[in-house]
Amino acid sequence: MTLSTLKRTVFTVLFLSVFSFGFAKDAKEQGDDEKFDAKSMIMHHVKDAYGMHIITFNEGKEDEKHITIPLPVILWTDNGLTTFMSSEFHHDYHGHEVVEKNGGKFVNVHEKVYQLNEGETEVKLDEEGHPTNAERPIDISITRNVFMMWVSVIVLILIFFAAAKSYKKSKNNVPSGIGSFVEPLVVFVRDEIAKPMIGEHKYKRYMPYLLTVFFFIWINNIFGLIPILNGANLSGNIAFTMVLALFTFIITTFSGNKNYWKHIFWMPGVPVPMKIFLMPIELIGIFTKPISLMIRLFANITAGHIIILALMSLIFIFKTWAVAPVSVAFSLFIGIIEIVVTAIQAYIFTVLSALYFGMATEEAHH
Amino acid sequence: MDLIKPGFGLVFWTVITFLILLFLLRKFAWRPILGAVSEREEGIKNALASAENARKEMENLQADNERILQEARVEREAMLKDAREIREQTIARAETEAQEKASKIIEKAQAAIESEKKAAMAELKSHVAGLSIEIAEKVVREELSNKDKQLKLVEGMLGEAKLN
Repeated sequence: MTLSTLKRTVFTVLFLSVFSFGFAKDAKEQGDDEKFDAKSMIMHHVKDAYGMHIITFNEGKEDEKHITIPLPVILWTDNGLTTFMSSEFHHDYHGHEVVEKNGGKFVNVHEKVYQLNEGETEVKLDEEGHPTNAERPIDISITRNVFMMWVSVIVLILIFFAAAKSYKKSKNNVPSGIGSFVEPLVVFVRDEIAKPMIGEHKYKRYMPYLLTVFFFIWINNIFGLIPILNGANLSGNIAFTMVLALFTFIITTFSGNKNYWKHIFWMPGVPVPMKIFLMPIELIGIFTKPISLMIRLFANITAGHIIILALMSLIFIFKTWAVAPVSVAFSLFIGIIEIVVTAIQAYIFTVLSALYFGMATEEAHH
Repeated sequence: MDLIKPGFGLVFWTVITFLILLFLLRKFAWRPILGAVSEREEGIKNALASAENARKEMENLQADNERILQEARVEREAMLKDAREIREQTIARAETEAQEKASKIIEKAQAAIESEKKAAMAELKSHVAGLSIEIAEKVVREELSNKDKQLKLVEGMLGEAKLN
């Protein structure tokens, strides 16, 4: 082992150790006396939140200090649009802090904003922790996932606009700088995904969608792995994967040709009873394909986050330092796998989308 | 579990953001990048094709040169052959002509000789006739007395003349 790799390893281990302290402190937020609750800690990290929490100093002491990027909470209530910054909850997500805005009282219960019913001053929770005297208004807040999504959009635009520019600058269409880094990826999507899945003649129409989906998912997968962003788990959020799967579904359905629908409703080349038997199966298949896309991406990315967090939680469950090296080593291992998974999941989503487009546009050849 | 319940806000923002991103990247990134890449690939393909064409043309040219050279060589051979033939023919003709001329000269000479001979013979004959008349005169004059002698003399003279 050379000195530089040794240094790097030590640095990584230290870095991950620091990372794990962050989790520990988060866990303690729920009260010093309480037992460490790995499940709720993990869920808070994996799910969406109203602010971008970076770090907490002096946890549980008098001068406790949170560093959080406040994000706007945007609600549509009976009184119309209501907006305020997430910092007005003062890092509370147990419903203690009541924010009064635009004639309504709002509380944050596990990173969900509830509007208290008329006349109520305090939120009441049932055994499962759900409010009983409050309703959810229409909530289009800029949560940390939305925020990270926009950051990723800006990054993507910067990267690809610069890449496109590098072609314009050169006289013979040879990219330079970031363009030469991006080109193999773009060509990969074209030659390894679009062309074989859709076919030489029709792939061009779908290229913008496939490229956008591929890089959008990939970059958000990568952002999800950056510890300081504190669980920006956008591509592991089912809302995000649902929207992308929905787009694939819509494009597939609208580009379906006669041959595609024939294969669904009246399968050629099989006896009539079989045609009738296959029809409902194929019909369900239209919907299971995008649903599988949605669940696959969501589950893979979320699972990765949960595994890393769970390994870190071991330290606090066993309440000993001795577990730390094991946790660190394992989460390092999983972390490396996750880096590969970021690309693989983006690739799989894109390939399958392309495959569905290819099926929808395939010409009859029987 | 709300982990698997899609939140409305995020769905809303994802739809809007994704559509905007798709539009922007499509217009300002994918189109120029893919266009440039395919243009370049096309350019490379064309360059390779034209290089191949040039190579073929070169080959054709070389083949042409070779062919022309070969033709020239063949032509030279033919010309040399022709020349040789013409020379031989000329020589042969000259020879035959010379021979013909020679034989004609010889013939003429022979004819001349023959005619000379004939003339000479005729002269000789007339000469001999004159001579014999002279002799006959003399003999007649001399031997008219002696008949036997006369006859003998004539016979002897004639026999001698014939032998000539």
